[in-house]
Amino acid sequence: MLRFVLIFNVVLLLWFVGEAKTNTDTIVSYGIFLLLTVLLGVMQLVMSRRRKQREDDIRTAWDLMWRKLRRNKSAMAGMWVVTALCYVAILAPFLVPVDPYNMDWGAMSLGPTAGHWLGTDEMGRDTLARTIYATRVAMGIGLLAVVLNSLLGTSLGLLAGYYGGKTDNIIMRLLEFWNSIPFILLAIALMAALGSGLFNLVLVVSLTGILEFARIIRGDSQLLKKADYVNAARVMGIPNRQILRRHILPNCLAPIIVMATLRIGETILTIAGLSFLGLGVQPPMPSLGSMLANGQQFLYENIYMSIVPGSVILLIVLAFNLFGDGLRDALDSRITQ
Amino acid sequence: MLNYAIRRLLLLIPLLIFVSLFVFAILKLTPGDPATALLGDQATEEAIALARAKYALDEPLPVQYVHMMANFFNGDLQSIFHKDNVLSVVLHRLPATLELGLLSLLIAVIVSIPVGIISAVKRNSFFDYASMSMAMFGVSIPVFFTGILLIYLFAVILKWLPASGYGGHFWTIEGLRHMILPALSLSFVLMASTTRLTRSAMLEVIHQDYIRTARAKGVSRFMVVMFHAFKNALIPIATNIGNQVARMFAGAVLTETVFAWPGVGRLAVNAIFRRDEPLVFGCVLLMAVVYVVINLLVDLLYGFLNPQISYD
Repeated sequence: MLRFVLIFNVVLLLWFVGEAKTNTDTIVSYGIFLLLTVLLGVMQLVMSRRRKQREDDIRTAWDLMWRKLRRNKSAMAGMWVVTALCYVAILAPFLVPVDPYNMDWGAMSLGPTAGHWLGTDEMGRDTLARTIYATRVAMGIGLLAVVLNSLLGTSLGLLAGYYGGKTDNIIMRLLEFWNSIPFILLAIALMAALGSGLFNLVLVVSLTGILEFARIIRGDSQLLKKADYVNAARVMGIPNRQILRRHILPNCLAPIIVMATLRIGETILTIAGLSFLGLGVQPPMPSLGSMLANGQQFLYENIYMSIVPGSVILLIVLAFNLFGDGLRDALDSRITQ
Repeated sequence: MLNYAIRRLLLLIPLLIFVSLFVFAILKLTPGDPATALLGDQATEEAIALARAKYALDEPLPVQYVHMMANFFNGDLQSIFHKDNVLSVVLHRLPATLELGLLSLLIAVIVSIPVGIISAVKRNSFFDYASMSMAMFGVSIPVFFTGILLIYLFAVILKWLPASGYGGHFWTIEGLRHMILPALSLSFVLMASTTRLTRSAMLEVIHQDYIRTARAKGVSRFMVVMFHAFKNALIPIATNIGNQVARMFAGAVLTETVFAWPGVGRLAVNAIFRRDEPLVFGCVLLMAVVYVVINLLVDLLYGFLNPQISYD
């Protein structure tokens, strides 16, 4: 299957090569897409070589997981939508019909027309183009924030679970305190304090829900540290840092992946919420949340201004949630919700 | 149990110190200061200095912090924009938020628990698939989008209900008419997650031996589901509702914004935008207290749900 994706990518690469040098935006997008395609190619090569080396039909845990996942229809649907959204996000500059910042004063606040498939907003900007760019912003910030969030949650959970005692107590109590501040207020206050930039937004959003993440990883590492091979490693005098990295962390990978995937949808909702309040992504940069906030003001004139960005948020979050649920069922049944 | 409750309430003190210190630090990190925000760019130096002195902004930071804390609990902490003390401003707005939260909690529980139970009992039926798909939508849709859609449907097209604003307490007809839409949109997330959780908790219980024994003894299906299975499934459900209440705060801020609801959430957001430091301080502190108290109530509820849990 990876092979088809590769072929598709190469076709797209050739297709867009003419437009690639239009401006910096297209150059960067094209470059990222090229890089990803090359990475996929390398992955495919490594995987096929491994498969050749393995003569017997041994199935690894990942093979089993993949088989289980493939049978789950809704999870696969979620995965395909996520994949499509990734393409939209990366290739945004090549897909938009017109510049999302371009104001068409002759076509303000329209419903769907031939020139503007999903209508225009009150300044005559094309809703489709803005939605595509906003999707890109949402996915980019969402993924980055979740990566940061997982790193924080995992490392704190590992430390608390492995070292136990005082370390555990301090980390977990602090996280509980942290968790009891209503997040949205914290985020609003932090955004006001740090100033509203994309980087700050990622930082603030990645600080949410560390507690839940840390709790699961803590539980896992508490169990794992009692395992015989960890004891053996300790007796052999391997330093704690290495035991954590080489024996405990890899065994926590499944819950980390599941939690992170499930967290993406939630994070995108949070970002959209902050943008809706006017604290997230700042105009004129398009974002789904602020497009909706704008749309609400024109609810009586033009419903498309609200329906389009809202449905796209729903689609993104739904896809990630379905995929995450499927992953959870395939990998780890202990994480509920 | 009383001991336990008291111990938990005592934990509020370090929590409040932590939260307040943190909020104070954030407020002081924020560029600009309330005096200039209040008086505008054209204000003279003397006027700004005077305002700074009035709100004790010229003192050293630790002194400011202690002042703020002490004044907050005395009811002497003055809001900068509302000409009143912070405690009474917040307490004045609190009922609207609590009513909204309570009503949506009620809606969510009334709908989600029966739906979750039926889904679990009739697993893999059409009803199960339909309700689970709805629940999936419910956890994925942003609160404010639900709100906008509800406004569009019921206020713009059908013109049945008012689009926004507060009409009074929910036991009056006008108040209820205003509260239905915001409460519905706020309840969506909780409804969806509780339905999912009720179903999975019930499924876990329903296949256990004692359920089969009860059925074999001739207890009716309904009685087994309600009194043998559901009672034991209640603990995870209660935990989830407790956890979700925290998220409801976030949802409340957004819902209050969509529906122009005069609650604490919007008060806090506006206070942050206007740099009304004392008011921000008060709002966050109060919300943290409410959150902790709700969690305590949930924890105490466990004792009723499962008599084996003891609090010592």
